[in-house]
Amino acid sequence: MTRAATSERAAILRDSLGVGLATGAYGVSFGAVAVAAGLSVAQTCALSLVMFTGASQFALVGVLASGGAPLSGALTALLLGTRNTLYGLRLAPLLRWRGWRRVAAAQVVIDESTAMSVSRTSTETARVGFLATGSSVFVLWNLATLLGALAGNALGDPRTYGLDAAVGAAFLALLWPRLADRRNQVVAVAAAAVALGVVPVVPAGVPVLAAAGVALLAGVLSRRPDPTEYPEPPR
Amino acid sequence: MSPSALWLAVLGAGAGCYLLKLAGLAVPPRVLDHPVVERVADLIPVALLAALVVVQTFAVGRHLEIDARAAGLAVAALAIALRAPFLAVVVLAAATAALIRAF
Repeated sequence: MTRAATSERAAILRDSLGVGLATGAYGVSFGAVAVAAGLSVAQTCALSLVMFTGASQFALVGVLASGGAPLSGALTALLLGTRNTLYGLRLAPLLRWRGWRRVAAAQVVIDESTAMSVSRTSTETARVGFLATGSSVFVLWNLATLLGALAGNALGDPRTYGLDAAVGAAFLALLWPRLADRRNQVVAVAAAAVALGVVPVVPAGVPVLAAAGVALLAGVLSRRPDPTEYPEPPR
Repeated sequence: MSPSALWLAVLGAGAGCYLLKLAGLAVPPRVLDHPVVERVADLIPVALLAALVVVQTFAVGRHLEIDARAAGLAVAALAIALRAPFLAVVVLAAATAALIRAF
């Protein structure tokens, strides 16, 4: 390997670890919120190990916390998980893995690993960015989840500590980077209005699913050519 | 909620989310490469996250209510606008709601 390639690799590894640390840290808040929503420590850790995609995990526990049925929570999590399919479509020709490597790599197709690899120009550097980010986020996110779940269990009534308010804040932080676009702003406001509008008439958990209808409608009616939005590398 | 229903949701949705990731890497691009599919998939996180924000903040069962959570959300919005990191945003929102409830 040339010296330039070695230092580029080192830079990618350093950035990836930074992203892993920053993302892992908020796994603590997920762990605490999940046990506050009524999941056991084991269920909370299973979510981070098996589901391993932050927005879907927060959505599942958020729906449960607001009194929704487990099925509503699961459906919301799955709908949010569809964006990882789009990331995978874009990453496949770049990473070019087959067989068991592809099966293993799929688990860490998330916002952060996509952001750190989708803009690379070679398969070699894309793989380094993807693997280094994906694996550091995976390890730290799971450790932090366990810590947060144990701490949350020790806290007692979550409302005393405002943990219920933390969930809405987490969703706002995840939503915010997507609001730069005008059409996204309109969809967000319409979805929020639909969800609040049906709260009094449908069971908890369903208002959020109803809001997905706004995305469906806007996506079908909109004519604008629209390249898929990929996440920016986190700050 | 029974523990088994929760386990089913956790493991079922977890496995489903894994398969969604694998589908992206493994399915031939032309199967999913359609402008409408792409637009809907891009808009779903926007719509769901916006709905989750307001439902988490204003719903109590089947009622709407403005309480300490709304203050927490306002503080969170301010923190995000000032480019605070994720963890700080979440902690500030929780602390705000906790303080209001304590007094």
